[in-house]
Amino acid sequence: MKTLISLIAFLPTIALAEIEYSGSAAVEQRYFLQDALYPQQERSNLSVYFAPELYTRFNDGNDSILFKGFYRIDQQDTKRTHADIREFKWTHSGNEWQVQTGISKVFWGQTESLHLVDIINQTDGVESIDGEDKLGQPMVAFSLFKDWGSTTVFVLPYFRERTFSGNDGRLRPPIAVDTDNPIYESEDEEKNIDWAIRWQHTLGDWEVGLSYFDGTSRDPDFVLTTNELLESSLRPFYPQIQQAGIDVLALMGRWTIKFEGIQRKVIEQDFTAFVGGFEYSFLGLFNSVYDVNWLMEYQYDDRENLTNVVAQNDLMIGTRLVFNDIDGTQILAGMVQDLDYSNVRAGFIEASSRINNNWKWRLDAWLFSSDEPAEPSYLLRRDDYVQFSLEYYF
Amino acid sequence: MNRYHLLSVTKVVLVFILMACSFGSYAQSAEDKGLAIAKERKLRDSGWGDSTGEMSMILRNAQGNEVERKMRLKSLEIADDGDKSLTIFDQPLDVKGTAFLSFSHAVEPDDQWMYLPKLSKVKRIRSRNKSGPFMGSEFAFEDMSSFEIEKYNFKYLRDETFDGQASFVLEQVPTDNDSGYSKQIIWVDKQHYRLLKAEFYDRKDSLLKELVNYEFTLYLDKYWRPMRSEMFNEQNGKSTELVIHQLNFNTGLSDNDFNQGTLKNVR
Repeated sequence: MKTLISLIAFLPTIALAEIEYSGSAAVEQRYFLQDALYPQQERSNLSVYFAPELYTRFNDGNDSILFKGFYRIDQQDTKRTHADIREFKWTHSGNEWQVQTGISKVFWGQTESLHLVDIINQTDGVESIDGEDKLGQPMVAFSLFKDWGSTTVFVLPYFRERTFSGNDGRLRPPIAVDTDNPIYESEDEEKNIDWAIRWQHTLGDWEVGLSYFDGTSRDPDFVLTTNELLESSLRPFYPQIQQAGIDVLALMGRWTIKFEGIQRKVIEQDFTAFVGGFEYSFLGLFNSVYDVNWLMEYQYDDRENLTNVVAQNDLMIGTRLVFNDIDGTQILAGMVQDLDYSNVRAGFIEASSRINNNWKWRLDAWLFSSDEPAEPSYLLRRDDYVQFSLEYYF
Repeated sequence: MNRYHLLSVTKVVLVFILMACSFGSYAQSAEDKGLAIAKERKLRDSGWGDSTGEMSMILRNAQGNEVERKMRLKSLEIADDGDKSLTIFDQPLDVKGTAFLSFSHAVEPDDQWMYLPKLSKVKRIRSRNKSGPFMGSEFAFEDMSSFEIEKYNFKYLRDETFDGQASFVLEQVPTDNDSGYSKQIIWVDKQHYRLLKAEFYDRKDSLLKELVNYEFTLYLDKYWRPMRSEMFNEQNGKSTELVIHQLNFNTGLSDNDFNQGTLKNVR
């Protein structure tokens, strides 16, 4: 409410200011390579999304308002058809400080295969299996920019639940997650006020970040319940957590070293997890303009016997080929091998290139191999897919 | 041998010694003269403070097809170090809003970050790829970095007239082993010490690219900037034209506009 009043007070200034309109839209065709495990699921899936952006700046550039919306329509899964306000925030900048109020997206971290310290925004799980798409997070964030680093304090007054595939969608457990009936450890449920603090700094060729979060966990656990009609339901459970995180990047010649580690206090089981590795660059391969980067990251989690932890003792290796051509063509390919179960692995390919000033094509593929029921990616064993997208930018 | 013969031998020896000395001092002064000209060139372009500009890069291939990149550039002059620069891309549209922050250094590799708006992520990138193409153009990353004396070893070659202007021709050899160039030959005009033309030689010492600066405009009564630059790749026939649409100085930029925190707000 207070935010709304502040915004309204500024309205006269905004009305006179220029509003920039831009955004993107895309058509995505997904094709699943194998027959589905469950009868409601299909092999082919078409979807479209529209993501508009509005931006305005006023008060001599010291204030700005940004709106980013998102709307997806999915052919098969009604749960994947969804809309979200990704960002709707007012930024006020001072000399060496700034305040952001509203819905925003914040990214923390340095590693490629897994984002452990990135905790502020909830994952829009139904969007993509890699978990890189996020839901907008309401917040007030105050930042201080000094010689000794940037420090930001976050107040997060509202919790967003993770999105999951519905019964008609693929990439889901045997029973679709019952997102209508979440369970919260906190009495205030989604209105629990969470908070976080982060410090980050550049020291020569090093980037360091330290963070702390106290509030509702963005990662749900799952509880299988049965009601009086003996209907089963897989309900997400959101516990309260305190998490400390560290993320580091170091440039050492052709090597880039990356590391993220977290320590989480949560009901039932405190745990530690980390992911670390490197990227090695061959620049100008054979005196050409192509760059080839080799990536390797090791993922570790010290929890045992929990069935929803994918990255427990896994190794990712990948390669990125950058063409450095006019169309900005890039290909990333890799795989994640489970070191506990030799038959469990996943492979991925991402390729993209510009067609012209407005259009771009993208190709994504995920391949899952698993015959170990104890391991969570077993659920995805028949959900290998290839996706071709045409993106439009305006 | 008789006296006269000894005298003429001594004379010849003396002449040789004198010539050797003068050749020695000539070779010495070519490097000194080259360095002096480079220092004057740097001095003439010092004290500009900060600038904001809008520019386009037009990429052409050998068949004449063209593609335009649009960007805005903010620069801050730093005393005793290379410049800080912030490049915000406007076109092509899929990279609109992407920003590139660079802290140039004379001898150390530049510190560089890339802001990717889609992921709200600031990525620290290596700057050793200085010989790689900037946005697929014929300008390499090292071509976009600020001119610092410590980056080269200079040698004066000759005087020449280029485009009707009396100029010095210098050879500059990059001190950084990661540079894509074995050497550069540059034409600097005698009156204003502006870079008129440059030839870039690749690691095999073959002529790779040629840069020509056009339409010099005077700012703040002191600083000359070319409004148009053309980089032509002699080996593949491609070229990139850099056109400055707008350039303003003393726009009130400070260190605060060039840090990772404010990088995320850039539009």
